Amino acid sequence: MQCGGTSTALARRRARPVGRAVLLRCGAVETDVELLGRLRGGDEEAFVALVTRYQGSLLRVARSIVPTSAVAEEVVQDTWMGVVRGIDSFEGRSSLKTWLFRILVNRARSAGARERPTAPLDPGGPSVDPARFDGGGAWKEPVAPWTDDTDARLDAATLGPVLRAALDELPDRQRQVVTLRDVEGLSSEDACAVLGISAGNQRILLHRGRARLRTVLEPRLGRP
Amino acid sequence: MPRLLRRDLVCQQAVELVTAYLEGALSRRQRRRFEAHLRGCPNCSAYLEQIRVTIALVGRVEPEDLDPEARRDLTDLYRRWRGGSAGGDTHGAGDGGNGGNEP
Repeated sequence: MQCGGTSTALARRRARPVGRAVLLRCGAVETDVELLGRLRGGDEEAFVALVTRYQGSLLRVARSIVPTSAVAEEVVQDTWMGVVRGIDSFEGRSSLKTWLFRILVNRARSAGARERPTAPLDPGGPSVDPARFDGGGAWKEPVAPWTDDTDARLDAATLGPVLRAALDELPDRQRQVVTLRDVEGLSSEDACAVLGISAGNQRILLHRGRARLRTVLEPRLGRP
Repeated sequence: MPRLLRRDLVCQQAVELVTAYLEGALSRRQRRRFEAHLRGCPNCSAYLEQIRVTIALVGRVEPEDLDPEARRDLTDLYRRWRGGSAGGDTHGAGDGGNGGNEP
């Protein structure tokens, strides 16, 4: 049995009762639902598999809310405890990931958010530097299409850290929305539910966050 | 340069509609105006494409790998949580109940 990246179709299918060693090597073979089922039965391997699958995402989202990595780790640990205790309250109406994020965000907020709770949602203003436009609102300089060999340029060693740093510097709410939507791939409905914000606010925050990240990438991907 | 009609968007307005456009949140009329602007404006078309590339690149930011030590710590904790409950009953493991789990 192949365990490489080409076996995704296989991975998406329900796992048949193949040998345990195979399951461990090909973690993706088991769906979330299957792992949850085993976790309900107190299966430690299922717990480890879920932790392996979601720890990175949980830490990243936690870090987008709380001020330090240490607090983020505590919050994530607390989240896993909540998962083990509350597993029977998961009804499968949302994806497991969204459910995990909801538990996480609640705990992260009570653990101490970066921001003051009364911080304004957004300062407003344009998402693109007004100096880029002339008096009639047209671009002063042509906007250069980005090189299409971004694959070559996005080796993890270069753009990865740049984007991580840029994300970290976004205003809190923008960072949270961009992390959930564009890094973790949640739908707008799920992101709104996880963060408890309106669709309109979510869109504004996403808009500003993406525009800011584009600005950071521009000098690296624009034509030389 | 053709005369600007009142209903025409200028670039500075168009760029503020990009996310709503990508989210499918523009009204039909707004979408038509936006797309009409794009057809005549290579700059805003390039801008929209750059935003698309940005989204794709952000989506490839990998989470940092879970270090083996953190995994061991969590596994130990799991054993303790399990150990604290009688007869392997996972949801009886503590005094917190399930109350805090759903928002």
